[in-house]
Amino acid sequence: MLLGLLERYWENKMLPQHLIAKVEDYSKKYKISDKDQKEILKRVEEIYNKAKISPGESIGVITAESFGEPSTQMTLNTFHFAGVAEMNVTVGLPRLIEIFDARKRPSTPRMEIPIKSKYSRTVEAVREVAMKIKETKLGDIAQEISINIAKATIEIVLDKKKMRDLDIKPKLVLDKIAEGLKSVDVKDNDSSVILKSKEKEISLSEVYKLKEKAKSIHIRGLQGVTHVLPVKGDDGNYIIHCAGSNLKDALLLEEAEKERIMTNDIFEISDVLGVEAARAAIINEANKVIKDQGIDIDIRHVMFLADVMTRSGTVKGVTRTGIVGEKESVLARASFETPIKHIVNASLVGEKDNLNSVVENVIINQPVPLGTGLPGLIAKMKKD
Amino acid sequence: MVDVFMNERFIGTVENAKEFIKQIRSERRKGVLPLELNFYHDQDYDEVYLDTTTGRARRPLIVVENGKSKLTEKHIEDVKSGAVTWDKLVKEGIIEYVDAAEEENCYVALSEEDLTKEHTHLEISPVVILGLCTSLIPYSNFGGSSRLIRGSKIQKQALGLYASNFLLRMDTDVNVLHYPQKPITKTFMHDIWGWEKHPSGQNIVIALMSFEGYNMEDSIIISKASVDRGFARSTYFKPFSAEELRYQGGLVDEICIPDKEVKGYKSEKDYRLLEEDGIVFTGAKVKDEDVIIGKVSPPRFLGEFEEFNIATNVKRESSVALTHGENGIVDMTLITENEDGNRLVQMRLRQQRIPEVGDKFASRHGQKGVISYLVPIEDMPFTASGIVPDIIFSPHGIPSRMTVSHLIEIVAGKVGALSGQYIDGTTFNAMPEKELRKMLRELGFRESGVEAMYNGIDGREFKARIYVGNMYYLKLKHMVANKLHARATGKIQLLTRQPIEGRSQGGGLRLGEMEKDCFVAHGASLLLKERFDSDKTLVFVCEECGMLGVYDSFKNKEYCTKCGANVGVSVVEMSYAFKLLLDELKSLCVYPKLVLGRKY
Repeated sequence: MLLGLLERYWENKMLPQHLIAKVEDYSKKYKISDKDQKEILKRVEEIYNKAKISPGESIGVITAESFGEPSTQMTLNTFHFAGVAEMNVTVGLPRLIEIFDARKRPSTPRMEIPIKSKYSRTVEAVREVAMKIKETKLGDIAQEISINIAKATIEIVLDKKKMRDLDIKPKLVLDKIAEGLKSVDVKDNDSSVILKSKEKEISLSEVYKLKEKAKSIHIRGLQGVTHVLPVKGDDGNYIIHCAGSNLKDALLLEEAEKERIMTNDIFEISDVLGVEAARAAIINEANKVIKDQGIDIDIRHVMFLADVMTRSGTVKGVTRTGIVGEKESVLARASFETPIKHIVNASLVGEKDNLNSVVENVIINQPVPLGTGLPGLIAKMKKD
Repeated sequence: MVDVFMNERFIGTVENAKEFIKQIRSERRKGVLPLELNFYHDQDYDEVYLDTTTGRARRPLIVVENGKSKLTEKHIEDVKSGAVTWDKLVKEGIIEYVDAAEEENCYVALSEEDLTKEHTHLEISPVVILGLCTSLIPYSNFGGSSRLIRGSKIQKQALGLYASNFLLRMDTDVNVLHYPQKPITKTFMHDIWGWEKHPSGQNIVIALMSFEGYNMEDSIIISKASVDRGFARSTYFKPFSAEELRYQGGLVDEICIPDKEVKGYKSEKDYRLLEEDGIVFTGAKVKDEDVIIGKVSPPRFLGEFEEFNIATNVKRESSVALTHGENGIVDMTLITENEDGNRLVQMRLRQQRIPEVGDKFASRHGQKGVISYLVPIEDMPFTASGIVPDIIFSPHGIPSRMTVSHLIEIVAGKVGALSGQYIDGTTFNAMPEKELRKMLRELGFRESGVEAMYNGIDGREFKARIYVGNMYYLKLKHMVANKLHARATGKIQLLTRQPIEGRSQGGGLRLGEMEKDCFVAHGASLLLKERFDSDKTLVFVCEECGMLGVYDSFKNKEYCTKCGANVGVSVVEMSYAFKLLLDELKSLCVYPKLVLGRKY
């Protein structure tokens, strides 16, 4: 009897599976009688049906209003990390706009890399990991980079102390230079490195360009990570906050807890982990903004927006080049931005507007197909 | 070597800039160099700038030498007795004017006690950190800066006696407050500025409490009896004018009672108040669309139709009339000539403004509010001694804004009113709160300013003690009578056939993009359609080509200009704006074909 009742709910799709499972769990836990269980299921079903969205409910406009109104009250546009001036984060309305416009790069890319407890025992160990993550360029460890005009060579004096601090071997530097600059011969001259172009004739301006290129040669660390800040987490293990994001390389780190690496770059997530992860990232990032502004927006609005942004398989912003530009109706697109472009392009191919959505019907002054405008009455006349 | 610039122009170099500055400073103080000269040593670039140009804002400071103010007690005595004038102090180098650049090289002490050896100047008084309007706020050192800014701005909007000769003036949109008063709680600025010559505001009794929920969100409640006795009444003046313009060909406008033949003649009723000269008599009560200055103008286009027209001299009506909803009394008429020698008639309309629901009031502390209810006197709460407050102010306006000065003024005003004296509320130098409490206790009241009050509706005592006292309240120039607007139907735009905008022209209230979204969000689809029906039109659409057809009323038949009369033409309802869009698309060589279908 017990299973029979639950099964009936499941068979007839009266309630979703997880709700039925929960009722079953509680029934076992508190030894609820069949009669009571019947009553509980009845109530649950009632509440569940009440929470369903009715046909013709304008969820899009309600979502837009739910974001629009509270966002006018947002304050504080940046958040600073104590002690590190360069590590600020865009939050608030600018960040929300960034997420929903699906900008290719966040204005302040950030990554959080949790360290495995094995490497998280001492502060020194953590700092070592942090230094491994932070990007080191040749310019950072060079004491001096000078051009020898007569010989057309570049002489790089390496800072031994810095290299010792960062635990970088000269061998690694030489290899990286050779890898980064294919057109030069690298000569190790005891205390310095001398670069000489493979070409015989080389102009001075080219040597200068080479010097600038040499400065930015990547030696070690994650490309793009300009600052690192280890912060002790709740579980005692360290989390390294990074300014700059490089998820792909971070996933290769031995010391990192790969499952918990976070980045605020949605496109990077989309590229590395796929569109479903990007959808989750949009929800997380938008929710983070909403939460720390102390604003209450129902999660379903955020989820709905994330769904719409990612439904084509790639992340698309709420812009005229993104999801608004994909609207079926010519009039709806034209009423958003760049109307002339849309009308001209539509006329070139002879587009047809079926007037199925809201804006078109407002323009032609017809009832919008929502709410009371959705159903129509049909009177069947008797044929004589 | 330091470069020296005079009025932005290079004039030479000096060896030692510090020595040079020191020298010219003493020369200026001696009166050898002009007093208008200011100098500035830019330490970053090591350059010296001298400036004697016009248009620099300069302010006076007391000169300090060796940590001692050059202005001594004797000077002050002499100034008081009139033996020494300000100009003399400036000439003697006791006070000097400093410009923005020179100020960078100065070290100014706020008060004499702060003086050290390093100081170069002394502020004349610490209150100079405040401007004129801000120093009119009593106890302003107890209020937040943002509220002081608001308070200063609000005082400029207060009604009062803006000019003593207001009866002779033709100012646009001015108000004069009846029975303006001096504030009980005043500051030094009220005395030195001559506030009693142009006061703006009245001393009232205020209670901080809620009343039947009518003073939510900054609205205030006023006793009807106070209003009946003349509280915050004001007069509003509005000028009108008409000019007899001259046109080409010797034609002139004429101020007169327009003839019935005149083009655009209104109705006899509208002209009823005009006297023989075409001008309304002074003291006439005018309202709605009454003509106050009758005027006719020559026809706009001369010549073409003259030979066919029998009445050759059809003139145009161009009278000055009140707009719908306006009323008042003609206060003054002025007939004169303007600079072009044209006859000019100016007229001033007067309206008495009695406080009504929607008028804006404020205290001097940035606490503004709008009247929400005029309470009959019998319903007003009263104190044990029978005092009925004039204004009931919501206590919710206080905590988040932290206008402590507002609260202190209430106690100060109470003390002042009860003891019959003015209370000094000058910033940094006011009568201390402790003193006020002491005086209030001596007068037989609770020192905190609260009193037991009784509900006027049922006579029961309120459980809470109510904070009551006197304060200076301002009536602001924003009154509903100037802003109230609503319409059902009215003028429309020629191009789009949508209602015109603006209260002055009787325009509609726009239901904008976001308001539309609200209707959509509620699913009130048909209501939305009804709201946007203002430019609804019926058009004839050819079922063949989808373009607009034509209706021939002579033949009582509709047809398509392209496909002829043998095609079906349907009547379609749409907004005129959309019809206009279709026309505009056609003008861009885009063919917007309407495909018709059955609605049901």
